Amino acid sequence: MKNTFRDTFDLYDWDTLEHDIYGFSEADVKNVLAKDKITLDDFKVLISPAATPFLEQMAQRSHELTKKRFGNTIQMYIPMYLSNECQNICTYCGFSMTNKIPRKTLSDAEILKEVAHIKSLGYDHILLVTGEANRTVGVSYLKHAIALVRNHFSNISIEVQPLDQEEYETLITEGLYAVLVYQETYHEATYKIHHPKGKKSNFNYRLDTPDRLGKAGIHKIGLGALFGLEDWRVDSFYTALHLKYLQKTYWKTKYSISFPRLRPHQGEVQPKVEMTDKDLVQLICAYRLLDEDVELSMSTRESETFRNHIIKLGITSISAESKTNPGGYAVEPQSLEQFEISDERSTDAIKEMIQSQGYEVVWKDWDRSYVNSF
Amino acid sequence: MKDTLKIADKTFTSRLFTGTGKFSNTRLMRESILASESELVTVALKRVDMDNESDDMLVHLKENHINLLPNTSGVRTAKEAVFAAQLAREALKTNWVKLEIHPDPKYLLPDPIETLKAAEELVKLGFVVMPYIHADPVLCKRLEEVGVQCVMPLGAPIGSNKGLKTNDFLEIIIEQSNVPVIVDAGIGAPSHAAFAMELGADAVLVNTAIAVSQNPVAMGKAFKMAVEAGRMAYNAKLAPVKKHAEASSPLTSFLN
Ligand code: SF4
Repeated sequence: MKNTFRDTFDLYDWDTLEHDIYGFSEADVKNVLAKDKITLDDFKVLISPAATPFLEQMAQRSHELTKKRFGNTIQMYIPMYLSNECQNICTYCGFSMTNKIPRKTLSDAEILKEVAHIKSLGYDHILLVTGEANRTVGVSYLKHAIALVRNHFSNISIEVQPLDQEEYETLITEGLYAVLVYQETYHEATYKIHHPKGKKSNFNYRLDTPDRLGKAGIHKIGLGALFGLEDWRVDSFYTALHLKYLQKTYWKTKYSISFPRLRPHQGEVQPKVEMTDKDLVQLICAYRLLDEDVELSMSTRESETFRNHIIKLGITSISAESKTNPGGYAVEPQSLEQFEISDERSTDAIKEMIQSQGYEVVWKDWDRSYVNSF
Repeated sequence: MKDTLKIADKTFTSRLFTGTGKFSNTRLMRESILASESELVTVALKRVDMDNESDDMLVHLKENHINLLPNTSGVRTAKEAVFAAQLAREALKTNWVKLEIHPDPKYLLPDPIETLKAAEELVKLGFVVMPYIHADPVLCKRLEEVGVQCVMPLGAPIGSNKGLKTNDFLEIIIEQSNVPVIVDAGIGAPSHAAFAMELGADAVLVNTAIAVSQNPVAMGKAFKMAVEAGRMAYNAKLAPVKKHAEASSPLTSFLN
């Protein structure tokens, strides 16, 4: 594909970036924090070890900026796993092909049973998730699934295998609003180690996915790196670089960032680089300072305490009560999860936690009539 | 690495573009342009005698490093602009065009709708299109999409010498643009030009401020220096101006 992020990506070098990020001084951080407008170069400083003593200052500013742009609101979403079939090997994932687990793909009736349960919790924004098994959960399955659930939700997102532009276009016409696609890591060699087999081992195809989405005219793209595979600071710089590139190129699309940290799962990979709670707060604040408009999303991978405090620090959407197994809500609660969640509180409890901090819980923030009339 | 500016297939060392209007005579025009070291000079098509090879203005601009940029000043619609551009391509042997469509004779404010239409058409016809527009960030993206090679948002009404009144919007345009941003119109003093460059503009276009000054040659040189200084400051990354206050109730103490 011509003119993609790969061209920008190639202008940078991992080792040089790492060297830069670890070389900043306190004075560099002070300079950046005194500025009104934060550039990508400044972002590098804000995610550096030198910025850790300035966390409170960054947090205050992140809080202010988020309030200015998003008001006192937090959006709610919930994932619905449609299938745990997967033809890839990813060293960090419970669904990885080599894991001997029972595989399951939801039927229409099962999908609707899950939907009924999720609706009873109050959700209007659904995130459909699958592994990468093109034969069973390829585009036609996804298209069908979207058509099946679209009358129940205003906002449908997916987190599935990367697709071609035309395939995205088809799903958009069916009512798809957003696609989440994480690069996992921007370190090409490390990427290869963790994705030894299957379609996903093609680094470039994954890297160019947001470009295909942008060209297909999707409304929102979610980006992120999986923290633990490589140095989170360098990976986050690349994610921010990707974000800025996309914003400039596909300027009608909205963007969100997620912050998945490696969680326990079926399989044995241990994080190569640890990311502490403090690191994660620093990163979230740095993103907010870089970009006032980007949506920052928080999953149930994080602990209760962490999620309670992060509400005021810059995030804008949150999930609750998530199940990471197909049928996990109502059909087959005991099937194998993709990873363990950490915050197991009910949706109501999360709602109360958010409200008690003076925030409004937003369930609906989109209407599919903007896209199409079915 | 040399800090040069590339537009289409041309590379510019100077980031100061100048104009040819309003000078008291063509000799003075030539001297000031040379003093400014500008490499791209805009010429109003309506001023050039197309049939005359020895047109006074053109003769004076026959320097190797000076590229002529015909503008469509005087047209009021997309259709007229396309026609004018084609004439200019013939006459001046260049496919570059500064697209100016201002139906309003008083303030000469650009018509965004006609400009977008004409830009699309001219790109299809193989022109390097440099559109003069309001400092409108969305319009800039739309123009970029139809394939213009740069955008030329105005700093203030043309000829007003008021400086960058559209500052806030120029910042957004500069931040978002994938093509060079050239601030056009409104720059009345070298300090304005330096400011535009400090903001991150890729170049500025100055005409009236040089042409109608008491000493256009000295002013041409002053602008050259200002543009260079502003660019250098931008590259060196300006020191911070504003201090952000630290608030009291801590948000991160849970981490300790
Ligand atoms: S991360 Fe995705 S592609 Fe990789 S094994 Fe898990 S489900 Fe399959």
